[in-house]
Amino acid sequence: MKSDAINVPQNEIAAFLYFSPLSTKCFSAPFTMTKQQANWSPYDNNGGSCVAIAGADYCVIAADTRMSTGYNILTRDYSKICKLADKCVMASSGFQADVKALQKQLAARHLIYQHQHNKQMSCPAMAQLLSNTLYYKRFFPYYSFNVLGGLDNEGKGCVFTYDAVGSYEKVGYSSQGSGSTLIMPFLDNQLKSPSPLLLPAQDAVTPLMEAEAIDLVKTVFASASERDIYTGDKLEIVVINADGIRREYMDLRKD
Amino acid sequence: MKLDTSGLESAAPVWGAPSELVGGFSAAPSFELPNTTDFDVFQKEAVKMVKPAKGTTTLAFIFKEGVMVAADSRASMGGYISSQSVKKIIEINPYMLGTMAGGAADCQFWHRNLGIKCRLHELANKRRISVTGASKLLANILYSYRGMGLSVGTMIAGWDETGPGLYYVDSEGGRLKGMRFSVGSGSPYAYGVLDNGYRYDMSIEEAAELARRAIYHATFRDGASGGVASVYYVGPNGWKKLSGDDVGELHYKYYPVIPSTVEQEMVEVAGA
Repeated sequence: MKSDAINVPQNEIAAFLYFSPLSTKCFSAPFTMTKQQANWSPYDNNGGSCVAIAGADYCVIAADTRMSTGYNILTRDYSKICKLADKCVMASSGFQADVKALQKQLAARHLIYQHQHNKQMSCPAMAQLLSNTLYYKRFFPYYSFNVLGGLDNEGKGCVFTYDAVGSYEKVGYSSQGSGSTLIMPFLDNQLKSPSPLLLPAQDAVTPLMEAEAIDLVKTVFASASERDIYTGDKLEIVVINADGIRREYMDLRKD
Repeated sequence: MKLDTSGLESAAPVWGAPSELVGGFSAAPSFELPNTTDFDVFQKEAVKMVKPAKGTTTLAFIFKEGVMVAADSRASMGGYISSQSVKKIIEINPYMLGTMAGGAADCQFWHRNLGIKCRLHELANKRRISVTGASKLLANILYSYRGMGLSVGTMIAGWDETGPGLYYVDSEGGRLKGMRFSVGSGSPYAYGVLDNGYRYDMSIEEAAELARRAIYHATFRDGASGGVASVYYVGPNGWKKLSGDDVGELHYKYYPVIPSTVEQEMVEVAGA
């Protein structure tokens, strides 16, 4: 870590200098000084995939539990899914430190909302909060690819999909993460419905039953684990419906 | 340079004396900037890594009856199509539309912010904001962030007391008044069709068909454009969505497959 490439806030200088003995040497180097490029990145990619599917009266959110860095597996048992509100759950892949910070930020804002409004945030409201929270860091983004799933105020399933800086869209299903390019075409094939932008509007897809959706998710992750090195170990499935939230696990390939 | 941070303010009032926890949220908000020696390189790297969704075709033109606005609905992240159903025509208020081209998050956020500002103007001045005013508000905000890597190419189209209005506003700080614009990676193709077929005195149906064709031809040739071609009309009574057609189906509508006579036909051979 070279601290000359990135300036750090004063109160952290001590810790950084301790670990970077080279910082003073550069200034005593003779004559030719080539520009030092930053070789420390604040980001890392911990891999993994997440999926969410919305149904008529339920929502399924799933993510694998493998956390990697480069070619190493850090742990086989890390949950990427976070419950933000009673009827609202988020799954995020990308850089898990940023994901953890994002989850904390959302949990804190939700707590304030509950104190001010005496009720839980609805899923569409949380969706916009997440978008604004991501955009707030537009110039130093959260490296976090999120899907938000839950029930709206009428009890219908809704899924929102995001890019890393906060652009979002309400969809019927979505996947994000390292396996998303493998998973998404399969979901398109099984679940694709006429676009909501068509006019005259066409009827939405015939809804899948909850059990069928869970089965689809299991199939999708089993396939993704075959071809994506960052996806595997275990699958965590969260199902939200009128009865509440329940969690299920399934083993995936560990190689 | 004082950045415009009104988009970050929390609308809800904070009760009681600001405690340390709450004080952190009610303090004057600002965009955090990373502490790097080379901001531009960092932003370029961040954009490459984050790959924000963009790539598009949008167009708008003024004609005798009002303003016609059209857009495709594809969002791409690098070479991956992240969505085929993005709403690129944003309804700022019942008589004003904005189009989205460039970074999806940038456009969504700043258009929502513009909608808030327009509403505040209505409440403060007891009358609707003009298209000139709304476009100026947006242009000033984007100018203040000039050079920081925002990617916004938008058109503000509306009908106010002076009649139909159309402005092009971008993240370089440019703001142009005009009669015809097309923005996005597919815009060269759309301009070709639009400029060829444009007449000031068209009927609404003719104008809608011209807009639809221009978007279709852009999606045909530009890989970053596709999905559904939406067409909106802005008239004296506000905007109205006229059509939303899948461009794949438009292709076969404009160029139907003509069955040709078969010269030689292959016959199935019975199994050996």
